[in-house]
Amino acid sequence: MSMTMAEKILAKAAGLKETEAGNIVMANIDVAMTHDLTGPLSVKSFQKIGVDHVWDPEKIVVLFDHQVPADSLEAAQNHIFLREFVEKQKINNFYDVREGVCHQVLPEKGHVVPGEVVVGTDSHTCTHGALGAFATGIGSTDMAMVFATGKLWFKVPETIKFEIEGKLGKYVYSKDVVLDIIGQIGADGATYQACEFGGETTSNMSVSQRMAMCNMAIEMGGKTGMVEVDDVTINYLKGRTNKPYEVFTTDEDAESLTTMYVDVNDLEPQIACPHNVDNVKPVGEVEGTPIDQIFLGSCTNGRLDDLQVAAEILKGKQVSHDVRMLVIPASREIYSQALEQGLINTFVDAGALVCNPCCGPCLGGHVGFLGPGEVSLSTSNRNFKGRQGSPEGEVYLSSAAVAATSAIKGEITDPR
Amino acid sequence: MVINMENMIRGKVWKFGDDVDTDMILPGRYLVLSEEEELAACVMAGHDSEFSKKVKKGDILVAGKNFGCGSSREHAPIAIKAAGISAVVAESFARIFYRNSTNIGLLLIEAKGISKNVEEGDEIEINMEKGVLEDLNNSKEFEIKPLPEFMMDIMNEGGLISYLKNHLAEIKGE
Repeated sequence: MSMTMAEKILAKAAGLKETEAGNIVMANIDVAMTHDLTGPLSVKSFQKIGVDHVWDPEKIVVLFDHQVPADSLEAAQNHIFLREFVEKQKINNFYDVREGVCHQVLPEKGHVVPGEVVVGTDSHTCTHGALGAFATGIGSTDMAMVFATGKLWFKVPETIKFEIEGKLGKYVYSKDVVLDIIGQIGADGATYQACEFGGETTSNMSVSQRMAMCNMAIEMGGKTGMVEVDDVTINYLKGRTNKPYEVFTTDEDAESLTTMYVDVNDLEPQIACPHNVDNVKPVGEVEGTPIDQIFLGSCTNGRLDDLQVAAEILKGKQVSHDVRMLVIPASREIYSQALEQGLINTFVDAGALVCNPCCGPCLGGHVGFLGPGEVSLSTSNRNFKGRQGSPEGEVYLSSAAVAATSAIKGEITDPR
Repeated sequence: MVINMENMIRGKVWKFGDDVDTDMILPGRYLVLSEEEELAACVMAGHDSEFSKKVKKGDILVAGKNFGCGSSREHAPIAIKAAGISAVVAESFARIFYRNSTNIGLLLIEAKGISKNVEEGDEIEINMEKGVLEDLNNSKEFEIKPLPEFMMDIMNEGGLISYLKNHLAEIKGE
């Protein structure tokens, strides 16, 4: 039977020869991740089941990234609560406040390999599908079930495959491609579906650029984002992991497959405007919008290539006096590389604030709150009302290049 | 199919639009909280910080498409349920929110056409057995889409935690 990559991975995880979209399967979980914000509820739910020990401590990863270092007494208490859980359950894959954002750290540390089923109590867990895994966000009670049994039920999704063709212009990136797609199909355009990114343009992208697209799959309702494994993936995995893995690909004639062709030859930088991620416009239509805060970072665009392009633009320039710019590398590894390459010096000299690796203002629960009437331009993934603080604030989303260029002028600016 | 949930639900409507996201239901700054009463006090704070004081036990939220989009935070459906809201009726729901709600026993109902025909403050009656929702103010009726059978079993057993307690050995394959 012809199947999609998502169907093949879920079939294998459920111990089945084959399965098809719409079936309910009970899948064995390969990696289960929780963090400092959703971890406490997951653990409390787990404790209600009445099972003393988690099914397999080696398959669980616990990581602190949303409120690091603790910014309130409540956050400090949540950290203590999770540290105690980790110790009691003998979970070795524990990253305390120092490592960075979960969706960057897990692939970086080799926890995710192709063909696995990865779940995390964070909706952007779909990012990990960039390595050819089936990765999806779940809630705390579902995670409690995983902790207790190592299994979770899934409705096998249909797949929408984006065949991306064409050459990206200067200062146009995968973020612009995925924003363009979300603008076209809407915030619920891929609900319940696996979003597979393919085509020649995807093949030419780095893992980092692919991760940015998979990260945004949830912003169109997708269950996961995925990219087929190729040499780029295999090179990324080298030296990071010694876990064995199996590669799955989508059969072209799979019944549950829908294909959407995306031509990016003439694509301009794209901006998601307040207050919905599908409210997407070419940068030219919002150029000149005054900005109070710029956030360069997050699991979407806080990786080394994002920092490199931003530093190239900011080199020898100054961030506008009317703007506060926050630069937050997505992980300690990226932070260290950015230091070595002199990127951090460039940001500091330009007048940006460089923070420790964390989720930053993305979730409006830690550093860099937006006040009433203020406008943010952010390389993150969500611009919902109140997302970065005040419900009277506004959030625009863009690539790192647009963010850096706009920081200099203090208004939304086309980098080209 | 046996429905152990209350077969008839009646309540006053609070009306919302399309794409009600989890930041509107429970803003990120409240995610440090995990107790039900604390979360109930913050329900819909991204929309109206006084909402928890206005909403009454048994009230029903009615919305457009893609309700609950965004984060996987289970704090959102917990806040709605703990505030005493008996059900959320929408044109459609976002996937993670749908699972989370069923897992904790918050009733979600899909009813096409609801958002254009029901007004804030109307009283609606949901008949689970007949699969019909009626707006008592204008007598309009809507067909409701039942939960998939597997999820109905979870709801009927009082949510996923109770379900797990009842079926643990079976699920673990012991």
